[in-house]
Amino acid sequence: MEPLLVFPDPVPEDVIAVLDGAGYAYRGCADEATATAREPEDGWSGAVVIATDYPETAFALCRTLRKRDVPLEPLLVVLSPEQLPDLELREDLFDDFCLLPLRAGELRRRVEHLFWRTGRGTRPELVEYGPLLLNLETYQAAIGGKPLDLTYMEYELLKFLASHPGKVFTRETLLSRVWGYEYYGGARTVDVHIRRLRAKLGEEHANLIQTVRSVGYRFGQSRWGL
Amino acid sequence: MERQQEYVLRTVEERGIRLIRLWFTDVLGQLKSFAISPAELEGAFAEGMQFDGSSIDGFSRKQESDVLARPDASTFELLPWADHDSPTARVFCDIENLDGSPFDGDPRQVLRRNLEVARAKGFSFFAAPEMEFFYFSHGDPRRPLEPLDNGSYFDLTTADATGDLRKQTIHTLEALGIPVEYSFHEDAPSQHEIDLRYTDALTMADNVMTFRLVVRQIALANGVHATFMPKPLREVQGSGMHTHFSLFEGDTNAFHDPGNEYGLSKVGRGFIAGLLRHAPEITAVTNQWVNSYKRLVVGFEAPIHTSWARNNRSVVINVPAHKRGKGESTRIEFRAPDPACNPYLAFSVVLAAGIKGIEEGYDLPPEMLANLYDLTEEELLAEGIGTLPASLADALAAMEGSELVAAALGEHVFEWFLRNKRAEWQDYKTQVTQFELDRYFRTL
Repeated sequence: MEPLLVFPDPVPEDVIAVLDGAGYAYRGCADEATATAREPEDGWSGAVVIATDYPETAFALCRTLRKRDVPLEPLLVVLSPEQLPDLELREDLFDDFCLLPLRAGELRRRVEHLFWRTGRGTRPELVEYGPLLLNLETYQAAIGGKPLDLTYMEYELLKFLASHPGKVFTRETLLSRVWGYEYYGGARTVDVHIRRLRAKLGEEHANLIQTVRSVGYRFGQSRWGL
Repeated sequence: MERQQEYVLRTVEERGIRLIRLWFTDVLGQLKSFAISPAELEGAFAEGMQFDGSSIDGFSRKQESDVLARPDASTFELLPWADHDSPTARVFCDIENLDGSPFDGDPRQVLRRNLEVARAKGFSFFAAPEMEFFYFSHGDPRRPLEPLDNGSYFDLTTADATGDLRKQTIHTLEALGIPVEYSFHEDAPSQHEIDLRYTDALTMADNVMTFRLVVRQIALANGVHATFMPKPLREVQGSGMHTHFSLFEGDTNAFHDPGNEYGLSKVGRGFIAGLLRHAPEITAVTNQWVNSYKRLVVGFEAPIHTSWARNNRSVVINVPAHKRGKGESTRIEFRAPDPACNPYLAFSVVLAAGIKGIEEGYDLPPEMLANLYDLTEEELLAEGIGTLPASLADALAAMEGSELVAAALGEHVFEWFLRNKRAEWQDYKTQVTQFELDRYFRTL
C-alpha cells in the first residue's frame, strides 16, 4: 500500500505512534508544494490533516487535494473542539474528523474504517523491500524467499525500519518507537538488536541496515542517493 | 509482554513447529531441557510447566520438590540444526515456585535479582566474553588425547578441517541471533577462540549456554569432540573466558571519564577496586572445578595476581585502550573466569563485587606496570598484591566467609554450591594420581 499523506511536517509524536502501531507508511508534508513533490508514483493512499496548529494552511491543503481530477480520499481531519465551527461549509473537504486530545485507538479505527469504506483494503498486510518481505498478518518475515526466524523484538524493529526505507533514525527514536518509552536499558539495546538482525539477515543482506555515522541507522537506500 | 507470547504462538503455528524445548540451567551450569508440544505452549506461558526438580543439581530442597518452568518468550528461537521436516524451537525458562514466586535455586533468577539491584541504582550491565575451547579427535578420556591440527598419523587433520568447523559454528550462532567477532589463535594446538558481541548480561548468560551447546553440537556432527574443560593439556595454556564488562547509566557509559588519567570515572574505578578486593571470594564461582586451578598457574598467560593494568596479560583486570573519542566503549576485561563456569552465577558475583566497590567508594590501587611474572613473592607482597586462590579448596574457604557472595547467590545456592564443591574436592583429594605413582612408587 502507498503511504498516507500527513500534515504538518514534522508529524506530531502521538500521531506517529498511532500510524506506526497500525503499520501504516506515511510521509509528512508541510504544504501543497511538498504534498505534490513527495507524492508516490501511484498516488497517496489517503490523508490525515491535523488542523490545530496551522488551520489555514491545513484547509487550503484539503481543498487542493479535493479539487484534483480524482479527488483524494479518504481524508481525515484532526482538530480541537474549539475548531468545530470551522467545519461549517467545508463538508466536502473531508470524509471524517477526529477531535483532540486523541483517544487511544480512535484515530486508528477511523482511518481503518475510512479505508474500508473507500475500498482501499482493510489494513496493510505486506511490507516489501527488495528481497525482504514482511507479512504483518502472520508475523512472518522472509528474505529471498527463505523464512527469517526472528524474535519478537527483532521482528518489530525490522518492521519499523522496513516501513520507513531510506529514513535515518537515531537510537533514541528507535528505542521509543519500537520498545516504548518505559523500556529501560538505553540505546545500547538498539545496537545489540541491530547486530542480531544483521547476523540473521546473513552476510549477503546485512547491509540492508546501514549505520549512519554518529546519527543512527537507516534501512535501505538513502532518500537522496541511489 | 502479552504481544511477545502471541508472536511466539503465531510463529509456532506458521512455521509448523512440532516440538518446543524448554531450557534452563542447573546450579553447576549444565543446560537442562524438556520438550513440550505446541498445544501446551500457551498454557506454559500462562501457568508454567510443573516438574519435579529434585534430581536437578542444586534444585533439591527439603519440603516441596515440584517447581514451575515459565518460558521467557523473548528468548524463543528456532533451532537451526533441527530436522527440516519437523522444525524444533527452544525457549529459555525462569524457574518458579508453585505459587509463582522466583525459585531461589534457579541461576537465571539469581542473575535477574542481581541485575535488579544494579538497576535500582540506575545501572544496566553489559558483558562480552571471549570463549576458548579445544577440539579433539575423540571424546574418550581413557585414550590419549589427539588435538585436531596436531595429529601425527592422519594428515587429513588439516587446518581446513578446523576452519570448516569454525565456519559452521559461527554460521549457526548467527542464525540463533548470537553475533560473533571471532578470532582463531594457535597458542595451543587445536584451541579456538570465538568472541561474542556484547549484550546485556542476562541475554549474554543465555548466549553462553547456547554457545557451548552449538560448539559441541557442530563438533559432534563432524565426528570430533569439543571441550570447555579449563585445562585439558598439561603442557599448553588452558581455556579462559576473559569477559569484558561495562555499566551504563541510561545511554552513558558509567565507566568513562575523559578527565581522568586512565579515562575511568569514579564508578569505573570503584567497580575495578571492588572486583579486585573480592576476586578471591568469587573465584570458586568463576572457576568452579578442580581442573580450573590447573589453568590458573604462572607461565600460561593466565592471571594470578589481583591487580589491574592497561594492556597487561598477567593481571586479573585489564583495561583495554579505547580510541580517542570512543569513550562509550570503555570497559574492563576480567580475565579469571573459565568457559566451564555457570555464566548466570559468574556474572552475578562479578556485578555484586563491582557494585560493592562503587557503593563503598573503594580506592583504586595503583596500576601495575611491571610484568608480575617477573616479580618475587616478596616484591609482590610489598606492592600489596595478592593472588587468586591456588586450588578449589582455597577458593571455597575464601567463598565460605564471604557475605558478598552469600548475598549475591542467595542462601539456597550458596549453601548447596559449597556442599557440592566440598564433596568434589574430597573426591579429588583421595585420588592417587599417575604423578604420584611415577614419582614415589619406586623410590619410596
